Amino acid sequence: MTVIINGSSATLPGDPRVSLLDFLREHLHLSGTKKGCDQGACGACTVLVDGERILSCLALAVQFDGRQVTTIEGLSDDAGLHPLQQAFIEHDGFQCGYCTPGQICSAIGMAAEAKRGLPSHVSADLTAEVTLTREEMQERMSGNLCRCGAHNGIIDAIRETVVAGMAA
Amino acid sequence: MTPFSFTRATDPDEALRLFEGNASYLGGGTNLVDLMRETIARPERLVDVTALSDTIEETADGGLLIGAAVRNTALAEHLGVRTRYPVLARAILAGASAQIRNMATVGGNLLQRTRCLYFYDHAGSRCNKRAPGSGCDAVHGFNRNHAILGASPLCVATHPSDMCVALAALDATVHLTGAGGARTLPFTALHRLPGEHPEIDTVLEPGELITAIELPPLPFAANSTYRKVRDRASYAFALVSVAAALEIEGGQIRDVRIALGGVAHKPWRATTAEAALRGGPATEAAFRDAAITELADAKPLSDNGFKVELVTRTLAAVLSELAGAAA
Ligand SMILES: Cc1cc2nc3c(=O)[nH]c(=O)nc-3n(C[C@H](O)[C@H](O)[C@H](O)COP(=O)(O)OP(=O)(O)OC[C@H]3O[C@@H](n4cnc5c(N)ncnc54)[C@H](O)[C@@H]3O)c2cc1C
Ligand code: FES
Ligand code: FES
Repeated sequence: MTVIINGSSATLPGDPRVSLLDFLREHLHLSGTKKGCDQGACGACTVLVDGERILSCLALAVQFDGRQVTTIEGLSDDAGLHPLQQAFIEHDGFQCGYCTPGQICSAIGMAAEAKRGLPSHVSADLTAEVTLTREEMQERMSGNLCRCGAHNGIIDAIRETVVAGMAA
Repeated sequence: MTPFSFTRATDPDEALRLFEGNASYLGGGTNLVDLMRETIARPERLVDVTALSDTIEETADGGLLIGAAVRNTALAEHLGVRTRYPVLARAILAGASAQIRNMATVGGNLLQRTRCLYFYDHAGSRCNKRAPGSGCDAVHGFNRNHAILGASPLCVATHPSDMCVALAALDATVHLTGAGGARTLPFTALHRLPGEHPEIDTVLEPGELITAIELPPLPFAANSTYRKVRDRASYAFALVSVAAALEIEGGQIRDVRIALGGVAHKPWRATTAEAALRGGPATEAAFRDAAITELADAKPLSDNGFKVELVTRTLAAVLSELAGAAA
């Protein structure tokens, strides 16, 4: 059983108790993805699976046979940072940085959802094209908490990048 | 976590075959993995059912058949759901977070367990749902989030799902398969009230598998919505919620569907309020009176008396909104 992590194949753990989060951090030493609560309440562990944002802490690694996982480590390359990472720096989108990998992966997933027209809890019209207002972004990013309160910078960074169409 | 074996089923028959002894089906894992980590759930075998039907199909009579493995996001995103059953799309979008909705399956959402803090606190609290016969620390404890309808002295927990409140309002049907063959159940008959056995959430037989949810055609559900009241604006469970659909003709209520969340051990179909409203005027006063009638038997606990007025106001506000949209 193998999973593709940031483009490289990895053998899934034999013990089914291992969460995708522990598999990434402890087995593969990809410690960019963070463990905040380990119970689905903070979003620090957000990764992308086949382009969709999920919580790796509530996911058993064995469920991801044959899937493509992207973590924060997979977003940048030798050529430089992902535009969203750069925007987080420019807009002070973090203080301690603990929530940041989850915020960035989540925002990339969010951009794709908005692009394909998925409405949110605050969308007045469930079938209209999505306009990512500040209120829409706040609602769509509510699964990612920031204890440092960097939310304004986070939203600014996402707005700049998503509006420029670079995040997806 | 207690050790367990893991297998993956590719069809319902295989799932039933793999389910042996102390086993559990596994959907997105967003509730079960958490409960296993807390050792509140201790299955020895997990049967992954996420490879089962994840399609949403039109039925011959104009309804929708939703596979149990459909993810919550996919259900809210489906255009037929958004246009014909907006209450369902809105209820799903009001629940959890985007990441959790991407993982959660329809089957798992139905069978998620209560969020009562005493149920979760296995180290320090008594809970008849977690440990039958141990007692209930919520009845005289911190019970702000607990039930006002249909509770028993043994358990005052509420069902936490938003999606299920919409399904209760929409007259959905649950498709099941088990050792005794396939059967269907009205959605409102799936979850139980706690009574003498709060440890049992539903009427499912051990090992019985949810295969699909069916929505009947309900044209007036195009005028439906969901409102959730909670302590923060997003990513929080409901204090109370209302799912409703309303049909008005010549200023009179022709038909109405109402279900309440956050008030009982199961999604609460408000049949008393519906009966009071049908054929009557679509006025705010009538909406309030219907809510009061529905809540006549409410038994608030020490901390949750506010829910009676909160449900009344929320229900009146939701129906007024729908009446405005229908006018
Ligand atoms: C932080 C947090 C916040 C949340 N907030 C909300 C909220 O505001 N509103 C809300 O409604 N929900 C909320 N949820 C709950 C979430 O909606 C549920 O955890 C989710 O719907 C469960 O689906 P799943 O597929 O992950 O289920 P799993 O965890 O995989 O399974 C749950 C149960 O269903 C059983 N099961 C799964 N599929 C089947 C099947 N086909 N047949 C029979 N049994 C089956 C499993 O055996 C298990 O007992 C929240 C969860 C978290 C972690
Ligand atoms: S660590 Fe996964 S949500 Fe907090
Ligand atoms: S930057 Fe510290 S938690 Fe967000």
